[in-house]
Amino acid sequence: MLSYILRRILYAIPILVGVNLITFALFFVVNTPDDMARMQLGAKRVTPEAIAKWKAERGYDRPLVWNAAAAGTGRLTQTIFFEKSARLFVFDFGAAEDRRDIATEIRARMGPSLALAIPVFLVGLAVNITFALGMAFFRASALDFAGVVLCVAMMSISTLFYIIGGQYLVSKLWHLVPISGYDAGLDAAKFLVLPAAIGVLSGIGSGSRWYRTLFLEEMGKDYVRTARAKGLAETAVLFRHVLKNAMIPILTGAVVVIPLLFMGSLLSESFFGIPGLGSYTIEAIQGQDFAVVRAMVFIGSVLYIAGLLLTDLSYTLVDPRVRLE
Amino acid sequence: MPVILVTDVLVWLLVAAAAGYAYYCRRHDHLAAPWRRVFASRAAMVSLVVLCAYLAAGLADSLHFRARLESGGPGAPAAYSNEVMSLLDVAVGDLRTRSEKTYSAPFATRLYAKELIELPGGKSVRDYPRLRFGGAHLKTEADRGADVAAKALAALAAAVAVWGALGWALRGFARSRPGVPWRAAWLALGALLALAAPAFALSGGYHVLGTDKVGQDVFYLSLKSIRTSLVIGTLTTLVMLPLGAAVGIMAGYFKGWVDDVIQYAYTTLNSIPAVLLIAASVLMMQVYIDTHPELFPTTAQRADLRLLFLCVILGLTSWTGLARLLRGESLKLRELEYIQAAHAFGVSHARIIGRHILPNVMHIIIISLVMDFSGLVLAEAVLSYVGVGVDPSTTSFGTMINNARLEMAREPMVWWALAAAFWFMFVLVLVANLFADAVRDGFDPRVRVGGGGA
Amino acid sequence: MSPHDGISLGVSGLTTWLETAEGPLHAVDGVDLEVRPGECFALVGESGCGKSMTALSVLRLLPEAGHISAGAVHLGGEDLLALPEAAMRAVRGRRIAMIFQEPSTSLNPVLTVGRQIVEVIERHTDVSGDAARAKVLELLAAVGIADGERRFGEYPFQLSGGLKQRVMIAAALAADPDVLVADEPTTALDVTIQAQILDLLKKLQSERGMAVLLISHDLAVVAQMAQRVAVMYAGQIVEVATREAFFRAPQHPYSQMLFAALPAAANRGAPLAVIPGQVPALTQRFRSCRFADRCGLVFERCRTEPPALVPAGLGHAARCHLREAGQAGPRSAGPGAAAVHAAGEPGPLLLEVSGLKVHFPIRRGLLRRVAGHVKAVDGVSFGIREGRTLALVGESGCGKTTAGKALLQLIRPTAGTVRFGGRELTALSRSELRPVRAAMQIVFQDPYASLNPRMRVADILAEGIQALGAAATAAELDRRIDAMLEQVGLPRESRKRYPHEFSGGQRQRIAIARALAVEPRLIVCDEPTSALDVSVQAQILNLLKDLQDRLGLAYLFITHNIAVVGHLAHEVAVMHQGRIVEHGPVGDVLSRPQHAYTRELLASVPEIDAVPER
Repeated sequence: MLSYILRRILYAIPILVGVNLITFALFFVVNTPDDMARMQLGAKRVTPEAIAKWKAERGYDRPLVWNAAAAGTGRLTQTIFFEKSARLFVFDFGAAEDRRDIATEIRARMGPSLALAIPVFLVGLAVNITFALGMAFFRASALDFAGVVLCVAMMSISTLFYIIGGQYLVSKLWHLVPISGYDAGLDAAKFLVLPAAIGVLSGIGSGSRWYRTLFLEEMGKDYVRTARAKGLAETAVLFRHVLKNAMIPILTGAVVVIPLLFMGSLLSESFFGIPGLGSYTIEAIQGQDFAVVRAMVFIGSVLYIAGLLLTDLSYTLVDPRVRLE
Repeated sequence: MPVILVTDVLVWLLVAAAAGYAYYCRRHDHLAAPWRRVFASRAAMVSLVVLCAYLAAGLADSLHFRARLESGGPGAPAAYSNEVMSLLDVAVGDLRTRSEKTYSAPFATRLYAKELIELPGGKSVRDYPRLRFGGAHLKTEADRGADVAAKALAALAAAVAVWGALGWALRGFARSRPGVPWRAAWLALGALLALAAPAFALSGGYHVLGTDKVGQDVFYLSLKSIRTSLVIGTLTTLVMLPLGAAVGIMAGYFKGWVDDVIQYAYTTLNSIPAVLLIAASVLMMQVYIDTHPELFPTTAQRADLRLLFLCVILGLTSWTGLARLLRGESLKLRELEYIQAAHAFGVSHARIIGRHILPNVMHIIIISLVMDFSGLVLAEAVLSYVGVGVDPSTTSFGTMINNARLEMAREPMVWWALAAAFWFMFVLVLVANLFADAVRDGFDPRVRVGGGGA
Repeated sequence: MSPHDGISLGVSGLTTWLETAEGPLHAVDGVDLEVRPGECFALVGESGCGKSMTALSVLRLLPEAGHISAGAVHLGGEDLLALPEAAMRAVRGRRIAMIFQEPSTSLNPVLTVGRQIVEVIERHTDVSGDAARAKVLELLAAVGIADGERRFGEYPFQLSGGLKQRVMIAAALAADPDVLVADEPTTALDVTIQAQILDLLKKLQSERGMAVLLISHDLAVVAQMAQRVAVMYAGQIVEVATREAFFRAPQHPYSQMLFAALPAAANRGAPLAVIPGQVPALTQRFRSCRFADRCGLVFERCRTEPPALVPAGLGHAARCHLREAGQAGPRSAGPGAAAVHAAGEPGPLLLEVSGLKVHFPIRRGLLRRVAGHVKAVDGVSFGIREGRTLALVGESGCGKTTAGKALLQLIRPTAGTVRFGGRELTALSRSELRPVRAAMQIVFQDPYASLNPRMRVADILAEGIQALGAAATAAELDRRIDAMLEQVGLPRESRKRYPHEFSGGQRQRIAIARALAVEPRLIVCDEPTSALDVSVQAQILNLLKDLQDRLGLAYLFITHNIAVVGHLAHEVAVMHQGRIVEHGPVGDVLSRPQHAYTRELLASVPEIDAVPER
């Protein structure tokens, strides 16, 4: 068991190296730092001096991977690759365009992100499972059909409209909660209710439809027939037998995103003005702040891999076949 | 003079490929059988009718040309307008050029913002000015209701006539092909015509869906957005499909180190959050386009190439799902006895993949192709909002929402552009989802009941 | 006295429909049967005859496409079909319990063994908590599970197939039902385990005086278990009788032909009887005898009037017009051992396998080091002569299939040599092997998985010829495909059709034709008939025998079916845990087994003609 976990952790290293190489190639090889400088400075101000200054300010004035001018290990370390890419491994992200330290910023913004993402995740899971169980219980009836139609309709609506519609109705028309903003501590609740509700709502369509499929697939299995042959009531069959088996794919599918909750939600945070990592990412993309994007890519990968690891672990918890092997 | 955009070529190639596939299917009963099951579904036929309407708009918008200018005498070299037009632009008449100054509500005759208006007497007042085109043909604004009703009714009558005639003319055709819910398709067509005919008829005199900030007709913008959605939804799969299929089948079939390498590649790619990977790629593409202006002679071409690149990037970042599915299926298939039998004949790997594996995973490829479409249409809107979508000069649902979103705060609110984008997009995604469901039901062997038996 | 006294389970006029794309299918069409207390009543028939649907209808556990359209099911004077669903639930598991064919999928994988039995007790009795646990331990002991304490907390995946079926039985018996419905309870099990489970069922039945409705396709199992037998064909019962009467003198032509189609050492050398044609589609309404098209004794009346069950002796009836004229005589026991021809001159050695090993590595630990090996095949040696059949016999997991694939180099052996026609194969590369491939071919078990569903028959047959470059021209290829179809008795029009248009037996013929197309000298037959019904199996065995006689083929016949071995093989090698434990001429091994395992294996095989007298 321990060696299994260790092996999974070791397997993460080459993947992170791969991620690192991809981001390095994207940010420094596809376009040279000179190109980026020209783009950032705009057509009017492009002079060789301005470019050199721009590069020097950001430490992009070094060679890419091999510094022939330096001595000793400096030939490798005094390069863009080492300073900008390799140093991500020690969570040294450098500074954003506004000169602020990215790592500090990330730490500060993690809280608001989680405050929104965790309720959405938990409530969403509960709502989707309940909804799906209901449809599975009334399978092949008009109620089930209506549920599926509703799901398909709900998943055909862009998240953008959920947010815009929610803001319009709840904040603008009914004045129930502020339209956007954020506050520290418990005061944050009034800002978070609406985005959280919208987050749950927008996920119901695809989520509960997917779970319904899982439930129905389980219900076609032989052991369900056995359970019915024992004289168990349909609810006992559903809750004791089907749910327990279907929870394996549901939980493991959910566990993988848990670490990614740190990343926040791009759209909600930016629409509702929540100072989390999601809005940070969007601002970085819109402001073409490459250092921040690079840092977020790396953190995202680390969290995703952590999610994979958690998934493997959760299998060993919920599935006796894996646990006892 | 025709103008050939890269995406146009690819779109039409795709149409040709689809037609070729359809022809091939018709001649092979086992390939046609799942499609027959699809077309036996009422939801599929209804959504197909609506999809075809969207497709018609998209394809008409994929034939571009530059109009010949009426200049010079006979014999003078032909001069061409600088503006790139499409067949759709011609079809909708002068909708494209009938721009107002700024916002106006649907069917409005006056602008949405007050302006200083010069009165004939030299004085000026601050009022809502009359629109340049919307309702300009009316003698008095009070005639508007009657005019709209008359035009709509006339169009509706024409639509019903066409609808009835079409049903009459095609009833023999429908009868010769039983098992297809023609009635449902015909009713859907009726509903579509009842909506479209008045809209087009009225769009000649009014802005049926209002105008946006710079005064463009929203109905026209909505129609133009269709092409962008279709291009993104289809061309992306064109990139993704061969990559995902080849890689996935190879991983599952060869196992061993090939599988290890491929699994490593897709875990790595998957581990980067999709939006960030797309954003990073698009940002870099933007830098490249901006620093190499010499490669893109016209704005249309630049916007078009940016759209194409977006498809390529979406494709390159989303092949992993299909690859994983196909890997799993190939792992199962490679142990099947008919493939073992082929090994016992010494059949080459390439032939086994081509004749045994590929045809037997085709249903998965088709299912994922139609399932991905709606997701991509939705993704375009989000990406355009984030700022890494299509070129700002390209009309798309994403750019429409993005532009209109800022006017939420206006009192009273400018709702029509959002509403238009919502309905056009919702219907497209909904019918795509319904059609995809029907395709999945028709193709997935697990859903089928009965059959076989010794 | 009520009419139901002395009857545990009475089914009358049961009619069950299945909704299919082709319209309603009359899976069960007017079935009447009675099971008495303490009696084992067997419902026997080939796949698709409606026997399982009958069992599921009795418990009202039909799949969603099925529904009961007529009839009654009486249990202790109550019509189960008239009960509301809630009341029916109180009957299921309490008064009538059921066990299924696949113990591995019929148990819930994420609940412990104990939990799955306890829930029956808690559902139907007032016992719960520790008392229920004690009851479960008692039940586990009763079904022959030794360490019940430990097994109580284990999950199904930790148990072998036989143990799982014992757990299923324990759960079924937990609330002391009056009737047990056993749907093919041993079909998925190995023959030695089957013998144990059958013994257990017999013991429990006599101890508890329970009525058992046994569903089976296996006449030998029925002969061991049942007191009374009913044969089903095309949704109807065509014959019902006491065991003794049925096995002595079956009265329906279909039953008679089933017996004649059974392979055995006794009818070695002679072709088996085959039932021509196929079961008619059950979507139609019949105005004739359902068996008329396949019957050898058909006469005019059969085509115009569906027969009723005609009495033919005490408690014996058959659905056949002929029985109005009197009973049929006892069935013959086959041509007898005299028909075994003396083994002809052995040909030259074609294939020589020595010390063949196939080990699969088990990887463990941080770096996935090889921590051990699964020794699937562990030092196997044998030889096959031209034109002869070597049967490789063993139970599931003994390595027989792996050995077969390894000698064809479909799995590369870990060690050992395979010499074919004097050429060593293990060292050859994929391309070097190609010329040898034509001479050795394989026929697989599952006729549904062995043909690519996306290819026409002609393309399937052409594949090998093309891959091996055996046909020079297209005309030559065409000619050979036609010749192959003729060899295996399929019409020439088959070539344009797809596999799904054929029945299981026909598909197996196509698979044999595909192997024959490259003119092999050896065919590895990997359980080629175990997925087929008895009557179809007979056709395939006859075909294989005929091909051997005409073409001088050698067979490596991999099977678990001892009867087939006795019928067909010249030599037998018995495999157990990756090794051959006994090897010799078929007569010697089957009649005078030397190794303890062989003796156990042979003793476990149920036999029809050893019907115990009472």
